[in-house]
Amino acid sequence: MAQLNMVQAINQALAQEMARDDRVVIIGEDVGRDGGVFRVTEGLQDRFGPERVLDTPLSESGIMGAAIGMAACGLRPVPEIQFMGFTYSAFEQLFAHGARLRSRSRGRFGCPMVVRTPYGGGIKAPELHEESTEALFCQAPGLKVVVPSGPYNAKGLLLASLRDPDPVLFLEPTRLYRMIKEEVPEGEYLVELGRARVARPGREVTVVAWGSMLERVLKAVAGFDAEVIDMLTLNPLDMECVLGSVKKTGRAVIVHEAALTCGVGAEIAATLACDGILFLRGPVKRVAAPDVPVPLAKLIDHYLPSIQQIQAAVEDVLKY
Amino acid sequence: MPDTVIATFQVRQLTILDPSGDVDLALLPKLSDDRLWEMYRFMVLTRVFDERAVSLQREGRMGTYPPVKGQEATQVGSAFALTKEDWIFPSFREMGVHLTLGFPIPQLLQYWTGDERAQRIPEQFKIFPFCVAVGSQLPQAVGAALAVRYRREPAAVAVFFGDGATSKGDFHEAMNMAGVYRLPIVFICQNNQWAISVPVKGQTASATLAQKAVGYGFEGIQVDGNDVLAVYAAVSGALEKARRGEGPAMVECLTYRMADHTTADDAGRYRSPEEVEYWRSRDPLLRMERYLESRGRWTPEAAGEVRGWATAAIDQAVREMEEIPPPEPAELFEGALAELTPRQKRQRKER
Ligand SMILES: Cc1ncc(C[n+]2csc(CCOP(=O)(O)OP(=O)(O)O)c2C)c(N)n1
Ligand SMILES: [Mg+2]
Repeated sequence: MAQLNMVQAINQALAQEMARDDRVVIIGEDVGRDGGVFRVTEGLQDRFGPERVLDTPLSESGIMGAAIGMAACGLRPVPEIQFMGFTYSAFEQLFAHGARLRSRSRGRFGCPMVVRTPYGGGIKAPELHEESTEALFCQAPGLKVVVPSGPYNAKGLLLASLRDPDPVLFLEPTRLYRMIKEEVPEGEYLVELGRARVARPGREVTVVAWGSMLERVLKAVAGFDAEVIDMLTLNPLDMECVLGSVKKTGRAVIVHEAALTCGVGAEIAATLACDGILFLRGPVKRVAAPDVPVPLAKLIDHYLPSIQQIQAAVEDVLKY
Repeated sequence: MPDTVIATFQVRQLTILDPSGDVDLALLPKLSDDRLWEMYRFMVLTRVFDERAVSLQREGRMGTYPPVKGQEATQVGSAFALTKEDWIFPSFREMGVHLTLGFPIPQLLQYWTGDERAQRIPEQFKIFPFCVAVGSQLPQAVGAALAVRYRREPAAVAVFFGDGATSKGDFHEAMNMAGVYRLPIVFICQNNQWAISVPVKGQTASATLAQKAVGYGFEGIQVDGNDVLAVYAAVSGALEKARRGEGPAMVECLTYRMADHTTADDAGRYRSPEEVEYWRSRDPLLRMERYLESRGRWTPEAAGEVRGWATAAIDQAVREMEEIPPPEPAELFEGALAELTPRQKRQRKER
């Protein structure tokens, strides 16, 4: 098995699925000739031609809307939005159309597309290049939201997303793109959507995270008997997995890099309160970014949850 | 007859100073030799700023930076046409406009180190903060033009954007509104022929960008964007018309992005060295130098002095910028709301 980073693993998944299924078409800014600004689509235009890897004009709403039309008319488009901050100008297409085409057409048209976009902070990039507003998209009932945390699950989740009958927003944690290398099987395998995984077993506290925060959480809990849950899919949320773990540990900490208020952590905490309150020995803790816009490079380390903040929260809940 | 031509259009193209340094005397705007020299000085200042910014980035002393190189004539020429009353909506690649208007250089550098405190534009400048989301400044500029007219201000709005931005819906919405309301606004498109790796023919099937204005009911003109005199003439003409209440205009400045898209980009992956070489020979500074030489102003010594002045100014600015203490964590909350929510106040205290 090869050691791949996430960029390579995603590239491999795209290449394999394109070879297997000629309905898969990539569409986005700089995805062809340039291979994407992070090189995720590198080599794909050379291999599959410009009809299957389309360099578009600078038009996010156009990319998203076109992908919806392609999906409804028999293709499996993979629109790339160059950074999550630029999904905002495509929001209407995704939210008002892609996510509800199946419902609006009462099942006549589906919208099987995978919207790929790099997300998250810590790469010292300009404004709007480090957004983490996944919760916005989880409010669209017809949209699945998937967030890999490493090369292995990135490949398997992407392949599963590409075969899903409904639209998937696939958030790629930019900070991890080249940070982690893992064994990634050459052949195809699927990582089921809507299933969380236990990233590290433990007995005394459950720590829930996803995407780029998973790496930080695993470092933070090194000295604790903590069970770490990697959500992998944020809509639908695998609360069964979280509840099962909390039933065992009695304590929960949720970590996300998005702002605290109305973050996905709120939904997880609410479900714990509704369905798991009797398992809990003490309050659920959330470690999240403050309720301010994502800052530029000089302040980003004060914005993203730190190892120390995660450890403090774990110590806090362990008091109960 | 039912099948008749009901509309045709024309697009003007303006060059005053050609690459060899010759000028068209009939078109030459009235500018004293001292003003011309000032233009040249700011073009050099912009070039030196840009070179320094790129090398600071390479040394790890600055963040990702989008070079201006090649676009100095477009930016300095436009800035010379603006008055202190005009509102300016930049994208993120107009450092030459800022420099020409006397924007504090340390603050300009500070922004590109990743310090949002630099986004607070000093009161004396009617300039919006840099806009990173391509094209999204355009409708806001239209709003500013509505406000300027409502308040009877003797001003116009200048909005800057790239060729790539013309593909955004916001471009359409802004141009359309400006036309419908006949607003005092000038759309200044820096067509540097690339949007990262996408050449302008990948943005539009239209022969020029200027002609898009026709569809919105106002004039678009293409100027040689490496000709500072043509840019100045076209932009000042359009701004004066706008200030007189005669409606909007679009000026497409055909120029060239001589450097990579940003310091994080490698343009060698998608464009040929021959193309870059061709445009190097059309460097906007070169032709201004040739012209000023013909007027007896430019000499190698005088050029050396200008470079020396610019280098000293940038050296000083870099020193001042690097003396700025780093932001405190509480800075995160600056301006989040006029009055922070109780939760935000708590979060600030915890930091
Ligand atoms: C809405 C949006 N989409 C994508 C990007 C990423 N991006 C930054 S600059 C750029 C190209 C812009 O091209 P152009 O408008 O010609 O301006 P230039 O960079 O040439 O000055 C792209 C795609 C962005 N900043 N904003
Ligand atoms: Mg451009």
